[in-house]
Amino acid sequence: MGLSGKDLTGLRNVSPGEIQLILDTAAPMKEIIKRQIKKVPILRGRTVVTVFYETSTRTRTSFELAAKYLSADAVNIAAATSSVKKGESLKDTARTIEAMGADVVALRHPMAGAAELLGGCLGARVINAGDGAHEHPTQALLDLFTVREKKGRIEGLKVAIIGDILYSRVARSDIWGYTKMGAEVRLAGPATLMPPGMEKFGVKVCSCLEEALDGADVINVLRIQLERQQHGLFPNLQEYSRLFGIDRERLRLAAPGALVMHPGPMNRGVEISAEVADGLQSVINEQVTNGVAVRMALLYLLIGGGAQNEANY
Amino acid sequence: MKLIIRGGMVIDPVTGSMSEKDILVSKGRIAGIDAGIGSNGATVIDARGKLVAPGLIDMHVHLREPGYEPKETIYTGTRAAARGGFTSVACMPNTNPVADNAAVVSFIKDKAAAQGVVNVYPIGAITRGSKGGELAGLGDMREAGAVAFSDDGSPVMNAGLMRRAMQYARMLGMTIISHCEDINLSAGGSMHEGYISTVLGLKGIPSSAEEVMVARDIILAGETGCRLHIAHVSTAGSVRLVREAKARGVRVTAEATPHHFTLTDEAVLGYDTTTKVNPPLRLVEDVAAVKEGLADGTIDVIATDHAPHTLEEKDVEYERAPFGLVGLETAVGLVWTELVATGFLTPLQAITMMSQNPARVLGIPRGTLEIGADADITIIDPDFSGVVDPVQFAGKGRNTPFGGRLLKGLPRATIVGGRVVMQGGYVNR
Repeated sequence: MGLSGKDLTGLRNVSPGEIQLILDTAAPMKEIIKRQIKKVPILRGRTVVTVFYETSTRTRTSFELAAKYLSADAVNIAAATSSVKKGESLKDTARTIEAMGADVVALRHPMAGAAELLGGCLGARVINAGDGAHEHPTQALLDLFTVREKKGRIEGLKVAIIGDILYSRVARSDIWGYTKMGAEVRLAGPATLMPPGMEKFGVKVCSCLEEALDGADVINVLRIQLERQQHGLFPNLQEYSRLFGIDRERLRLAAPGALVMHPGPMNRGVEISAEVADGLQSVINEQVTNGVAVRMALLYLLIGGGAQNEANY
Repeated sequence: MKLIIRGGMVIDPVTGSMSEKDILVSKGRIAGIDAGIGSNGATVIDARGKLVAPGLIDMHVHLREPGYEPKETIYTGTRAAARGGFTSVACMPNTNPVADNAAVVSFIKDKAAAQGVVNVYPIGAITRGSKGGELAGLGDMREAGAVAFSDDGSPVMNAGLMRRAMQYARMLGMTIISHCEDINLSAGGSMHEGYISTVLGLKGIPSSAEEVMVARDIILAGETGCRLHIAHVSTAGSVRLVREAKARGVRVTAEATPHHFTLTDEAVLGYDTTTKVNPPLRLVEDVAAVKEGLADGTIDVIATDHAPHTLEEKDVEYERAPFGLVGLETAVGLVWTELVATGFLTPLQAITMMSQNPARVLGIPRGTLEIGADADITIIDPDFSGVVDPVQFAGKGRNTPFGGRLLKGLPRATIVGGRVVMQGGYVNR
């Protein structure tokens, strides 16, 4: 069994079985990362291009290392330094990249739907590395991997996602991922940052942080962007922190041994206290390692030996 | 030259009658309607089994000229109208320069007379440059031939200014057409705000963005006595507000577009930019309310909001794409397939909403088959079907979400002032 789609644009259209496969494949990949010589020849001669229209250190580096550990050639195109600045459209940029022989394109873009647009005009596989407020599927996969590794399961766990749901692509992918894998998802955040229609996702919108944290096994803390305050979506950071910040006191409301997660970069002292971020229950650094493993698994499944149905494309 | 339209089912919204008759056209005017008119060397169009209606009027189109000729021109836009069965169009003023003065209004009329194949009625801007700052020269534009005023696409946010515009338009006996959108509520949105916008991660435009402005303008119309026409009604709440205002006797009329009674926000799944339109595609319950509003007469007019764009402009990220879709060449088919064949509207109602009613709103002497009237006639074959193929469009825009859709009930001939400008789907050059 492999992945059914050509691209990975989001978790909405990925089946629980496929998520399971990716997570199962990521486990041996993590072993490779732990070796002294972190290189296997699985993707020798293949090319992975990361195209980033937004600045990102973590995700871009993670994709690049994932490709390199599997012996693929990895190239980054930073939009700020490319012909994009000269007015080239996303489609034309993509065709240029393909003409150079890319097998996989990992795209980060500020606009929702960009990965689907790209996938539709490329023969190469496209992995969405975050598009606007739409999805960030590899982040959710690494979250799921981390939870499964630490808790032994995902099904039946109580997962709280806290903060700016409206603008968060991580939240959307996490919601699809967790619910597909059988977890119970609760959301809490300012009402102005809670998008409409959440009940249709099969999640619970809590009226306050405490309700969401009560007995939670996993706490996913989202980054709050200062510009949301500037646009009048909440009054000020102090108030945000007081209502939705995760500190040691509030962590006690969760189940004993609850995991604290954050997609980074963190605003310490705002959405998460330094104490909690660096505390024993925090798996934030582990998430970063797991991100590389999950991306290795994806690359392998898309263009390596895992892509048994490659001929179909 | 004489023309006889033979044996069709003649629909006359003025008398509310439908009967099999011949129509004699002479010197560009309707010279007779009767059974068995003798040929006498006249050209005969066989309309047996077809509907013969007053020439259809689309009171909400964007011809894009002057200024945006790559999107559409008066030449191509009027041909799109002809191919779609329309004999008259009213064009919105958001050109470049904006039609906010007599010179631009005259330019459009002159250009239409020289190059157009259907009647063109310019709509003037309410405010200078449609910037919402100061009143445009409404009286001068009326003199030059503007039939109504609208800042379509850039709503008048200042209620005080809108009130003065209505007072002034009332003095002139003119209608204000309002594109109802509170831009503080819609700001940055690119589709309807709801579950689907959340799934797609696109910023939403809530129903309230439209409804608060419908309510505001109804209140202002009631206060000033100005005739108000609400453009492209898209929500159940707006339909309710118009229905209630009409019951109170406010001089308000409203229009709905084929896309708003056909598609929902689910069409946006997949980020097809042809579905990006303002107001946005709404929910199933909104579509139902719009259809109900059409059926019970709350909504008076079916208009397309024909908004052509170039391929390059639409072939981009969803949020970056401009709003608008083309409607002239699919409207009749959608009305027949979605509303008439399904029993929401009778053929007479549908024709009335596309001929007599828009003529009344605009105050133009059309939408009728009376003897002596300009011979503007549309022939529709309710049994003729075809698949929408944007490549075949006579207009420049290909931005339609209806490509590939099978429509039944299509226009087969368009006659403007006695001249056959479209026959069998082909526009005569």
